[in-house]
Amino acid sequence: MPNWIPNLPEQVRRLALLVVVVVIAFLIVRPMLIPAGFGEQGHFRSGALNDAVAHDYKYAGKASCEECHDDMTSMLASGYHNNLSCEVCHGPLAGHVEEPEEVQPEFPRGRNFCPVCHEYLSARPTGFPQIVSQSHNQLKACINCHEPHDPVPSEVPEKCSACHGKIARSKAVSHHANVECDFCHSVNEGHKTSPREFRAAKPIDRNFCGQCHADSENGSDAPQIDLSSHEPRYVCWQCHYPHLPEAK
Amino acid sequence: MRNLINAKRRDVLKSLMGLVAGLFVPKSIMAEKDQQKRFDWADDSIHYDPHDHKWGMGIDIDNCIGCGRCSAACKIENDVPREPFFFRTWVERYHILENGETIIDSPNGAIDGFNKKPDEEDVLRSFFVPKLCNHCDNPPCVQVCPVGATYESADGVVLVDSEYCIGCSYCIQACPYGARFLHPVTRTAEKCTFCYHRIVRGNDPACVEACPTQARIFGELEQKASPLHRFKRMNRIGVLKPALNTEPKVFYAHLDMEVK
Repeated sequence: MPNWIPNLPEQVRRLALLVVVVVIAFLIVRPMLIPAGFGEQGHFRSGALNDAVAHDYKYAGKASCEECHDDMTSMLASGYHNNLSCEVCHGPLAGHVEEPEEVQPEFPRGRNFCPVCHEYLSARPTGFPQIVSQSHNQLKACINCHEPHDPVPSEVPEKCSACHGKIARSKAVSHHANVECDFCHSVNEGHKTSPREFRAAKPIDRNFCGQCHADSENGSDAPQIDLSSHEPRYVCWQCHYPHLPEAK
Repeated sequence: MRNLINAKRRDVLKSLMGLVAGLFVPKSIMAEKDQQKRFDWADDSIHYDPHDHKWGMGIDIDNCIGCGRCSAACKIENDVPREPFFFRTWVERYHILENGETIIDSPNGAIDGFNKKPDEEDVLRSFFVPKLCNHCDNPPCVQVCPVGATYESADGVVLVDSEYCIGCSYCIQACPYGARFLHPVTRTAEKCTFCYHRIVRGNDPACVEACPTQARIFGELEQKASPLHRFKRMNRIGVLKPALNTEPKVFYAHLDMEVK
Protein backbone atom coordinates (compact mmCIF):
# COMPACT_ATOMS: atom_id res chain seq x y z
CA MET A 1 0.00 0.00 0.00
CA PRO A 2 1.49 3.39 -0.99
CA ASN A 3 2.36 5.30 2.09
CA TRP A 4 0.23 8.35 1.20
CA ILE A 5 -3.03 6.43 1.68
CA PRO A 6 -2.87 6.10 5.48
CA ASN A 7 -2.06 9.78 5.59
CA LEU A 8 -5.39 10.69 4.03
CA PRO A 9 -8.07 11.92 6.42
CA GLU A 10 -10.44 9.22 7.61
CA GLN A 11 -13.54 10.81 5.94
CA VAL A 12 -11.80 10.93 2.54
CA ARG A 13 -10.83 7.27 2.75
CA ARG A 14 -14.37 6.23 3.59
CA LEU A 15 -15.77 8.33 0.76
CA ALA A 16 -13.25 6.87 -1.66
CA LEU A 17 -14.25 3.35 -0.59
CA LEU A 18 -17.90 4.22 -1.21
CA VAL A 19 -17.09 5.61 -4.64
CA VAL A 20 -15.13 2.49 -5.54
CA VAL A 21 -18.00 0.24 -4.42
CA VAL A 22 -20.54 2.24 -6.42
CA VAL A 23 -18.38 2.21 -9.54
CA ILE A 24 -17.82 -1.55 -9.30
CA ALA A 25 -21.52 -2.18 -8.70
CA PHE A 26 -22.35 0.00 -11.73
CA LEU A 27 -19.92 -1.93 -13.93
CA ILE A 28 -21.39 -5.25 -12.82
CA VAL A 29 -25.08 -4.30 -13.04
CA ARG A 30 -24.94 -2.27 -16.29
CA PRO A 31 -24.35 -5.19 -18.67
CA MET A 32 -27.07 -7.15 -16.89
CA LEU A 33 -29.65 -4.44 -17.52
CA ILE A 34 -28.76 -3.64 -21.13
CA PRO A 35 -30.41 -6.10 -23.50
CA ALA A 36 -28.19 -8.12 -25.80
CA GLY A 37 -27.43 -6.39 -29.06
CA PHE A 38 -28.39 -2.95 -27.82
CA GLY A 39 -26.53 -0.24 -29.73
CA GLU A 40 -25.33 -2.49 -32.54
CA GLN A 41 -27.71 -1.01 -35.09
CA GLY A 42 -28.65 2.14 -33.23
CA HIS A 43 -30.27 3.10 -29.97
CA PHE A 44 -32.31 -0.08 -29.78
CA ARG A 45 -32.06 -3.84 -29.28
CA SER A 46 -30.98 -5.18 -32.66
CA GLY A 47 -32.92 -8.42 -32.11
CA ALA A 48 -36.09 -6.33 -32.32
CA LEU A 49 -35.61 -6.28 -36.08
CA ASN A 50 -35.86 -10.07 -36.09
CA ASP A 51 -39.07 -9.82 -34.05
CA ALA A 52 -40.47 -7.31 -36.53
CA VAL A 53 -40.03 -9.62 -39.51
CA ALA A 54 -41.21 -12.78 -37.73
CA HIS A 55 -44.78 -12.31 -38.89
CA ASP A 56 -46.77 -14.34 -41.37
CA TYR A 57 -48.06 -12.97 -44.64
CA LYS A 58 -51.83 -12.84 -45.03
CA TYR A 59 -51.79 -11.18 -48.45
CA ALA A 60 -49.78 -13.20 -50.94
CA GLY A 61 -49.63 -10.57 -53.68
CA LYS A 62 -50.81 -10.56 -57.28
CA ALA A 63 -47.59 -12.19 -58.55
CA SER A 64 -48.38 -15.34 -56.53
CA CYS A 65 -51.90 -15.54 -58.03
CA GLU A 66 -50.47 -15.17 -61.52
CA GLU A 67 -48.42 -18.36 -61.17
CA CYS A 68 -51.54 -20.54 -61.40
CA HIS A 69 -54.34 -18.25 -62.57
CA ASP A 70 -52.61 -16.54 -65.49
CA ASP A 71 -55.80 -16.80 -67.57
CA MET A 72 -57.64 -14.59 -65.11
CA THR A 73 -54.79 -12.13 -64.60
CA SER A 74 -54.34 -11.65 -68.34
CA MET A 75 -58.08 -11.03 -68.67
CA LEU A 76 -57.77 -8.51 -65.86
CA ALA A 77 -54.79 -6.83 -67.47
CA SER A 78 -56.63 -5.70 -70.60
CA GLY A 79 -59.54 -3.97 -68.91
CA TYR A 80 -60.47 -1.17 -66.57
CA HIS A 81 -59.59 -3.29 -63.53
CA ASN A 82 -56.02 -3.87 -64.69
CA ASN A 83 -54.48 -2.26 -61.64
CA LEU A 84 -56.57 -4.25 -59.17
CA SER A 85 -54.93 -6.88 -57.02
CA CYS A 86 -56.86 -10.16 -56.90
CA GLU A 87 -56.99 -10.09 -53.10
CA VAL A 88 -58.90 -6.78 -53.04
CA CYS A 89 -62.05 -8.74 -53.90
CA HIS A 90 -61.13 -12.34 -53.10
CA GLY A 91 -59.70 -11.70 -49.65
CA PRO A 92 -56.28 -12.48 -48.17
CA LEU A 93 -54.97 -15.65 -49.79
CA ALA A 94 -51.48 -16.45 -48.52
CA GLY A 95 -53.03 -19.61 -47.03
CA HIS A 96 -54.50 -20.54 -50.41
CA VAL A 97 -51.03 -20.31 -51.97
CA GLU A 98 -49.73 -22.79 -49.38
CA GLU A 99 -52.73 -25.13 -49.41
CA PRO A 100 -54.93 -24.49 -52.45
CA GLU A 101 -57.55 -27.04 -51.42
CA GLU A 102 -57.84 -26.18 -47.74
CA VAL A 103 -58.15 -22.41 -48.01
CA GLN A 104 -60.66 -21.11 -50.53
CA PRO A 105 -60.95 -17.54 -51.77
CA GLU A 106 -63.98 -15.36 -51.11
CA PHE A 107 -66.38 -14.69 -53.97
CA PRO A 108 -68.36 -11.57 -53.12
CA ARG A 109 -71.33 -11.97 -55.45
CA GLY A 110 -73.82 -9.80 -53.59
CA ARG A 111 -74.94 -6.29 -54.37
CA ASN A 112 -73.26 -4.86 -51.32
CA PHE A 113 -69.63 -5.39 -52.31
CA CYS A 114 -69.06 -3.43 -55.53
CA PRO A 115 -70.61 -0.24 -54.10
CA VAL A 116 -67.77 -0.05 -51.55
CA CYS A 117 -65.84 1.46 -54.45
CA HIS A 118 -68.56 2.40 -56.93
CA GLU A 119 -71.37 3.96 -54.86
CA TYR A 120 -71.69 7.68 -55.55
CA LEU A 121 -69.91 9.80 -52.94
CA SER A 122 -69.26 13.47 -53.50
CA ALA A 123 -65.71 13.05 -52.18
CA ARG A 124 -64.81 10.53 -54.90
CA PRO A 125 -62.71 11.91 -57.73
CA THR A 126 -64.49 13.08 -60.85
CA GLY A 127 -64.43 10.54 -63.64
CA PHE A 128 -64.38 7.54 -61.33
CA PRO A 129 -67.36 5.35 -62.36
CA GLN A 130 -70.07 5.63 -59.71
CA ILE A 131 -73.70 4.60 -59.37
CA VAL A 132 -76.53 5.34 -56.99
CA SER A 133 -77.40 1.78 -56.04
CA GLN A 134 -80.93 2.70 -54.94
CA SER A 135 -81.85 3.57 -58.50
CA HIS A 136 -79.43 1.32 -60.37
CA ASN A 137 -81.16 -1.92 -61.48
CA GLN A 138 -82.44 -2.83 -58.05
CA LEU A 139 -82.51 -6.52 -57.05
CA LYS A 140 -80.02 -7.45 -59.76
CA ALA A 141 -76.58 -8.61 -58.75
CA CYS A 142 -73.75 -6.53 -60.21
CA ILE A 143 -72.18 -9.58 -61.87
CA ASN A 144 -75.35 -10.25 -63.88
CA CYS A 145 -74.42 -7.39 -66.19
CA HIS A 146 -70.77 -6.67 -65.43
CA GLU A 147 -67.94 -9.19 -65.67
CA PRO A 148 -65.82 -8.14 -62.67
CA HIS A 149 -62.57 -9.21 -64.34
CA ASP A 150 -63.26 -7.09 -67.42
CA PRO A 151 -65.93 -4.59 -66.45
CA VAL A 152 -67.35 -2.42 -69.20
CA PRO A 153 -70.10 0.10 -68.61
CA SER A 154 -73.25 -1.51 -70.08
CA GLU A 155 -73.88 1.72 -71.90
CA VAL A 156 -70.87 3.41 -73.39
CA PRO A 157 -70.85 7.02 -72.18
CA GLU A 158 -72.22 9.31 -74.86
CA LYS A 159 -70.63 12.52 -73.77
CA CYS A 160 -67.00 13.17 -72.96
CA SER A 161 -68.16 14.90 -69.76
CA ALA A 162 -69.15 11.55 -68.26
CA CYS A 163 -65.50 10.91 -67.50
CA HIS A 164 -63.83 14.27 -68.08
CA GLY A 165 -66.19 16.27 -65.88
CA LYS A 166 -63.50 18.59 -64.57
CA ILE A 167 -62.63 19.75 -68.09
CA ALA A 168 -66.27 19.94 -69.16
CA ARG A 169 -67.12 22.21 -66.24
CA SER A 170 -64.26 24.61 -66.98
CA LYS A 171 -65.09 24.69 -70.66
CA ALA A 172 -68.78 25.33 -70.00
CA VAL A 173 -68.05 28.74 -68.45
CA SER A 174 -65.38 29.74 -70.96
CA HIS A 175 -65.56 31.39 -74.38
CA HIS A 176 -64.87 27.95 -75.78
CA ALA A 177 -68.20 26.61 -74.45
CA ASN A 178 -69.54 26.05 -77.95
CA VAL A 179 -66.41 24.40 -79.30
CA GLU A 180 -67.04 20.66 -79.38
CA CYS A 181 -64.40 18.34 -77.91
CA ASP A 182 -63.78 16.66 -81.26
CA PHE A 183 -63.00 20.00 -82.89
CA CYS A 184 -59.56 19.86 -81.24
CA HIS A 185 -59.32 16.18 -80.23
CA SER A 186 -59.82 13.43 -82.74
CA VAL A 187 -61.11 10.52 -80.70
CA ASN A 188 -61.16 6.92 -81.80
CA GLU A 189 -64.43 5.16 -80.95
CA GLY A 190 -62.40 2.54 -79.04
CA HIS A 191 -61.43 5.20 -76.50
CA LYS A 192 -64.86 4.83 -74.89
CA THR A 193 -64.40 1.17 -74.03
CA SER A 194 -60.59 0.95 -73.76
CA PRO A 195 -59.46 4.43 -72.79
CA ARG A 196 -55.87 3.40 -72.17
CA GLU A 197 -55.49 1.62 -75.47
CA PHE A 198 -56.94 4.37 -77.67
CA ARG A 199 -55.75 7.80 -76.62
CA ALA A 200 -57.41 11.00 -77.76
CA ALA A 201 -55.22 13.12 -80.04
CA LYS A 202 -54.23 16.68 -79.17
CA PRO A 203 -53.24 19.61 -81.42
CA ILE A 204 -49.51 19.77 -81.94
CA ASP A 205 -48.67 23.26 -83.26
CA ARG A 206 -49.55 26.96 -83.22
CA ASN A 207 -51.27 26.85 -86.55
CA PHE A 208 -54.11 24.83 -85.10
CA CYS A 209 -55.22 27.68 -82.83
CA GLY A 210 -54.35 30.03 -85.67
CA GLN A 211 -57.24 28.62 -87.75
CA CYS A 212 -59.59 30.78 -85.67
CA HIS A 213 -57.30 33.25 -84.00
CA ALA A 214 -54.89 34.32 -86.76
CA ASP A 215 -57.04 34.66 -89.83
CA SER A 216 -58.95 37.92 -89.92
CA GLU A 217 -60.70 36.95 -93.13
CA ASN A 218 -62.56 33.95 -91.75
CA GLY A 219 -65.31 36.18 -90.40
CA SER A 220 -64.89 34.82 -86.87
CA ASP A 221 -65.30 37.21 -83.97
CA ALA A 222 -62.61 35.36 -82.03
CA PRO A 223 -59.70 37.51 -80.79
CA GLN A 224 -57.12 37.82 -83.54
CA ILE A 225 -53.34 37.80 -83.28
CA ASP A 226 -50.46 37.81 -85.73
CA LEU A 227 -48.82 34.39 -85.42
CA SER A 228 -45.44 35.62 -86.65
CA SER A 229 -45.10 38.36 -84.03
CA HIS A 230 -47.14 37.00 -81.07
CA GLU A 231 -44.60 35.24 -78.81
CA PRO A 232 -43.24 33.06 -81.63
CA ARG A 233 -41.05 30.97 -79.34
CA TYR A 234 -43.97 29.39 -77.48
CA VAL A 235 -46.89 27.14 -78.31
CA CYS A 236 -50.28 28.59 -77.42
CA TRP A 237 -51.13 26.29 -74.51
CA GLN A 238 -47.99 27.18 -72.62
CA CYS A 239 -49.70 30.48 -71.72
CA HIS A 240 -53.42 29.94 -72.48
CA TYR A 241 -55.38 27.03 -71.02
CA PRO A 242 -57.48 25.92 -74.01
CA HIS A 243 -60.42 24.73 -71.88
CA LEU A 244 -60.61 28.10 -70.12
CA PRO A 245 -58.63 30.54 -72.27
CA GLU A 246 -59.55 33.61 -70.23
CA ALA A 247 -57.89 32.17 -67.12
CA LYS A 248 -54.75 33.99 -66.17
CA MET B 1 12.11 24.82 -37.50
CA ARG B 2 15.85 24.18 -37.37
CA ASN B 3 15.20 20.46 -37.46
CA LEU B 4 13.07 20.74 -40.56
CA ILE B 5 15.65 22.79 -42.38
CA ASN B 6 18.46 20.43 -41.40
CA ALA B 7 16.51 17.28 -42.18
CA LYS B 8 17.86 14.97 -44.82
CA ARG B 9 15.97 14.37 -48.02
CA ARG B 10 15.49 10.69 -47.05
CA ASP B 11 13.93 11.64 -43.67
CA VAL B 12 11.55 14.14 -45.24
CA LEU B 13 10.36 11.55 -47.76
CA LYS B 14 9.97 8.98 -44.97
CA SER B 15 7.75 11.20 -42.87
CA LEU B 16 5.81 12.26 -45.97
CA MET B 17 5.06 8.61 -46.71
CA GLY B 18 3.89 8.18 -43.16
CA LEU B 19 1.55 11.15 -43.54
CA VAL B 20 0.04 9.80 -46.75
CA ALA B 21 -0.40 6.37 -45.19
CA GLY B 22 -2.10 8.02 -42.23
CA LEU B 23 -4.69 9.54 -44.54
CA PHE B 24 -5.95 6.06 -45.40
CA VAL B 25 -6.19 4.79 -41.83
CA PRO B 26 -9.50 6.44 -40.84
CA LYS B 27 -11.14 5.23 -44.03
CA SER B 28 -10.21 1.59 -43.46
CA ILE B 29 -11.30 1.80 -39.81
CA MET B 30 -14.61 3.28 -40.91
CA ALA B 31 -15.06 0.55 -43.48
CA GLU B 32 -14.57 -2.01 -40.76
CA LYS B 33 -17.12 -0.22 -38.61
CA ASP B 34 -19.61 -0.28 -41.48
CA GLN B 35 -18.99 -3.97 -41.87
CA GLN B 36 -19.88 -4.50 -38.22
CA LYS B 37 -23.16 -2.67 -38.70
CA ARG B 38 -24.43 -5.20 -41.28
CA PHE B 39 -27.26 -7.14 -39.80
CA ASP B 40 -27.55 -10.93 -39.58
CA TRP B 41 -31.16 -12.01 -39.79
CA ALA B 42 -32.37 -14.96 -37.77
CA ASP B 43 -34.28 -16.03 -40.90
CA ASP B 44 -31.64 -17.09 -43.43
CA SER B 45 -33.95 -16.56 -46.38
CA ILE B 46 -33.82 -12.78 -45.90
CA HIS B 47 -31.10 -11.02 -47.88
CA TYR B 48 -31.84 -7.48 -46.90
CA ASP B 49 -29.58 -4.82 -45.51
CA PRO B 50 -31.34 -1.94 -43.76
CA HIS B 51 -28.41 0.33 -44.60
CA ASP B 52 -29.04 0.03 -48.34
CA HIS B 53 -32.58 1.44 -48.26
CA LYS B 54 -34.57 4.49 -47.29
CA TRP B 55 -38.30 3.89 -47.45
CA GLY B 56 -41.14 6.33 -47.85
CA MET B 57 -44.71 6.46 -49.11
CA GLY B 58 -46.49 8.77 -51.52
CA ILE B 59 -50.25 9.27 -51.36
CA ASP B 60 -52.15 10.80 -54.28
CA ILE B 61 -55.27 12.41 -52.83
CA ASP B 62 -56.77 12.77 -56.33
CA ASN B 63 -56.67 9.00 -56.81
CA CYS B 64 -58.15 7.95 -53.48
CA ILE B 65 -61.74 6.74 -53.84
CA GLY B 66 -62.26 6.16 -50.13
CA CYS B 67 -63.03 2.46 -50.44
CA GLY B 68 -61.03 1.72 -47.29
CA ARG B 69 -59.51 -1.48 -48.72
CA CYS B 70 -56.14 -0.32 -47.34
CA SER B 71 -57.28 -0.07 -43.74
CA ALA B 72 -59.20 -3.35 -44.02
CA ALA B 73 -56.14 -5.12 -45.49
CA CYS B 74 -53.88 -3.62 -42.82
CA LYS B 75 -56.08 -4.96 -40.04
CA ILE B 76 -55.98 -8.44 -41.51
CA GLU B 77 -52.29 -8.50 -42.43
CA ASN B 78 -51.05 -7.21 -39.09
CA ASP B 79 -53.63 -8.81 -36.75
CA VAL B 80 -54.79 -5.38 -35.61
CA PRO B 81 -57.73 -5.73 -33.17
CA ARG B 82 -61.02 -5.48 -35.05
CA GLU B 83 -62.63 -3.08 -32.61
CA PRO B 84 -62.83 0.58 -33.58
CA PHE B 85 -60.08 2.97 -32.45
CA PHE B 86 -57.26 0.52 -33.20
CA PHE B 87 -55.79 1.41 -36.56
CA ARG B 88 -52.38 1.36 -38.14
CA THR B 89 -53.83 3.09 -41.18
CA TRP B 90 -57.23 4.64 -41.77
CA VAL B 91 -59.01 6.90 -44.28
CA GLU B 92 -60.56 10.25 -43.39
CA ARG B 93 -63.20 12.06 -45.41
CA TYR B 94 -63.13 15.84 -45.50
CA HIS B 95 -66.23 17.88 -46.29
CA ILE B 96 -65.53 21.58 -46.59
CA LEU B 97 -68.86 23.41 -46.49
CA GLU B 98 -69.69 26.68 -48.16
CA ASN B 99 -69.78 28.45 -44.78
CA GLY B 100 -66.13 27.50 -44.28
CA GLU B 101 -66.83 24.75 -41.78
CA THR B 102 -64.85 21.52 -42.14
CA ILE B 103 -66.45 18.17 -41.31
CA ILE B 104 -64.12 15.19 -40.96
CA ASP B 105 -65.37 11.66 -40.56
CA SER B 106 -63.85 8.21 -40.65
CA PRO B 107 -66.48 5.63 -39.68
CA ASN B 108 -64.56 2.70 -38.20
CA GLY B 109 -61.44 3.84 -40.07
CA ALA B 110 -63.33 3.19 -43.34
CA ILE B 111 -62.74 -0.55 -43.17
CA ASP B 112 -66.33 -0.94 -44.41
CA GLY B 113 -66.16 2.07 -46.71
CA PHE B 114 -68.14 5.30 -46.36
CA ASN B 115 -71.84 6.06 -46.36
CA LYS B 116 -73.37 9.02 -48.09
CA LYS B 117 -73.75 12.05 -45.89
CA PRO B 118 -77.42 13.06 -45.55
CA ASP B 119 -77.11 16.75 -46.45
CA GLU B 120 -74.49 17.20 -49.09
CA GLU B 121 -76.00 20.21 -50.80
CA ASP B 122 -73.79 22.91 -49.37
CA VAL B 123 -70.46 21.11 -49.82
CA LEU B 124 -67.80 23.30 -51.38
CA ARG B 125 -65.32 20.50 -51.90
CA SER B 126 -64.71 17.07 -50.44
CA PHE B 127 -62.01 14.42 -50.68
CA PHE B 128 -60.43 11.50 -48.85
CA VAL B 129 -57.15 11.48 -46.95
CA PRO B 130 -55.55 8.13 -46.09
CA LYS B 131 -53.45 8.39 -42.97
CA LEU B 132 -50.79 6.26 -41.32
CA CYS B 133 -47.59 6.61 -39.33
CA ASN B 134 -45.51 9.24 -41.09
CA HIS B 135 -42.24 7.50 -40.23
CA CYS B 136 -40.72 10.85 -39.30
CA ASP B 137 -37.02 11.33 -39.81
CA ASN B 138 -37.13 13.36 -36.62
CA PRO B 139 -39.62 11.28 -34.64
CA PRO B 140 -41.05 12.72 -31.41
CA CYS B 141 -42.17 9.24 -30.32
CA VAL B 142 -38.60 7.93 -30.35
CA GLN B 143 -37.35 10.90 -28.37
CA VAL B 144 -39.77 10.34 -25.50
CA CYS B 145 -39.46 6.56 -25.13
CA PRO B 146 -37.84 6.01 -21.72
CA VAL B 147 -36.59 2.48 -22.46
CA GLY B 148 -35.41 2.72 -26.07
CA ALA B 149 -38.20 0.42 -27.21
CA THR B 150 -39.23 2.55 -30.18
CA TYR B 151 -36.60 3.40 -32.73
CA GLU B 152 -35.87 4.40 -36.28
CA SER B 153 -34.18 1.61 -38.18
CA ALA B 154 -31.38 2.36 -40.64
CA ASP B 155 -33.86 2.16 -43.53
CA GLY B 156 -35.96 4.97 -42.05
CA VAL B 157 -38.79 2.81 -40.71
CA VAL B 158 -39.94 3.64 -37.19
CA LEU B 159 -40.58 0.42 -35.27
CA VAL B 160 -41.55 -0.73 -31.78
CA ASP B 161 -39.67 -3.38 -29.82
CA SER B 162 -42.71 -4.91 -28.14
CA GLU B 163 -40.52 -7.06 -25.89
CA TYR B 164 -39.04 -3.99 -24.20
CA CYS B 165 -42.03 -1.66 -24.44
CA ILE B 166 -43.33 -1.03 -20.92
CA GLY B 167 -46.66 0.36 -22.13
CA CYS B 168 -46.19 3.81 -20.59
CA SER B 169 -48.00 5.47 -23.56
CA TYR B 170 -45.59 8.42 -23.72
CA CYS B 171 -45.09 7.80 -27.44
CA ILE B 172 -48.84 7.73 -28.05
CA GLN B 173 -49.13 11.16 -26.47
CA ALA B 174 -46.07 12.46 -28.30
CA CYS B 175 -47.19 11.43 -31.80
CA PRO B 176 -48.71 14.50 -33.46
CA TYR B 177 -50.47 12.33 -36.04
CA GLY B 178 -52.33 10.00 -33.69
CA ALA B 179 -50.74 7.06 -35.46
CA ARG B 180 -50.10 4.91 -32.37
CA PHE B 181 -52.29 2.94 -30.03
CA LEU B 182 -51.89 0.67 -27.03
CA HIS B 183 -52.66 -2.92 -27.95
CA PRO B 184 -55.52 -4.01 -25.67
CA VAL B 185 -54.07 -7.48 -25.04
CA THR B 186 -50.29 -7.08 -24.97
CA ARG B 187 -50.50 -3.54 -23.47
CA THR B 188 -47.62 -2.40 -25.68
CA ALA B 189 -47.53 0.45 -28.17
CA GLU B 190 -48.31 -0.47 -31.77
CA LYS B 191 -48.13 1.35 -35.06
CA CYS B 192 -47.63 1.02 -38.80
CA THR B 193 -44.39 -0.78 -39.63
CA PHE B 194 -44.64 -0.28 -43.43
CA CYS B 195 -45.33 -4.06 -43.14
CA TYR B 196 -41.68 -4.58 -42.24
CA HIS B 197 -42.02 -8.36 -42.56
CA ARG B 198 -43.11 -7.84 -46.20
CA ILE B 199 -40.65 -5.19 -47.32
CA VAL B 200 -37.56 -7.08 -46.10
CA ARG B 201 -38.69 -9.93 -48.36
CA GLY B 202 -39.20 -7.61 -51.33
CA ASN B 203 -42.97 -7.14 -51.24
CA ASP B 204 -45.09 -4.02 -50.96
CA PRO B 205 -46.94 -3.23 -47.73
CA ALA B 206 -50.44 -4.74 -47.58
CA CYS B 207 -52.21 -1.37 -47.98
CA VAL B 208 -50.26 -0.65 -51.17
CA GLU B 209 -51.01 -4.14 -52.46
CA ALA B 210 -54.72 -3.68 -51.74
CA CYS B 211 -55.20 -0.15 -53.09
CA PRO B 212 -57.32 -0.47 -56.25
CA THR B 213 -56.41 2.94 -57.69
CA GLN B 214 -52.68 3.14 -56.90
CA ALA B 215 -53.29 6.08 -54.61
CA ARG B 216 -50.47 4.77 -52.44
CA ILE B 217 -46.96 4.54 -53.82
CA PHE B 218 -44.30 2.82 -51.75
CA GLY B 219 -40.64 2.98 -52.57
CA GLU B 220 -37.11 4.19 -52.16
CA LEU B 221 -36.59 7.83 -51.33
CA GLU B 222 -32.96 8.06 -52.34
CA GLN B 223 -32.95 6.17 -55.64
CA LYS B 224 -33.70 8.47 -58.53
CA ALA B 225 -35.36 5.80 -60.66
CA SER B 226 -37.84 4.69 -57.99
CA PRO B 227 -41.57 5.25 -58.52
CA LEU B 228 -41.70 7.29 -55.32
CA HIS B 229 -38.96 9.63 -56.50
CA ARG B 230 -40.81 10.11 -59.77
CA PHE B 231 -44.03 10.72 -57.83
CA LYS B 232 -42.32 13.43 -55.81
CA ARG B 233 -40.92 15.00 -58.95
CA MET B 234 -44.17 15.02 -60.91
CA ASN B 235 -46.57 16.29 -58.23
CA ARG B 236 -46.96 19.17 -55.90
CA ILE B 237 -46.12 17.56 -52.56
CA GLY B 238 -47.22 18.35 -49.04
CA VAL B 239 -46.65 16.68 -45.69
CA LEU B 240 -48.82 16.71 -42.59
CA LYS B 241 -48.01 19.35 -39.95
CA PRO B 242 -44.78 20.57 -41.58
CA ALA B 243 -44.39 23.26 -38.91
CA LEU B 244 -43.52 20.60 -36.33
CA ASN B 245 -40.26 19.78 -38.16
CA THR B 246 -40.87 16.06 -37.74
CA GLU B 247 -39.74 15.51 -41.35
CA PRO B 248 -42.37 12.94 -42.34
CA LYS B 249 -41.59 10.34 -44.96
CA VAL B 250 -45.21 10.07 -46.08
CA PHE B 251 -45.75 12.53 -48.90
CA TYR B 252 -49.15 13.72 -50.09
CA ALA B 253 -49.85 14.96 -53.60
CA HIS B 254 -52.57 17.62 -54.04
CA LEU B 255 -53.00 17.99 -50.30
CA ASP B 256 -55.71 20.49 -49.35
CA MET B 257 -54.74 23.25 -46.91
CA GLU B 258 -57.60 22.20 -44.62
CA VAL B 259 -56.01 18.82 -43.90
CA LYS B 260 -54.65 18.67 -40.41
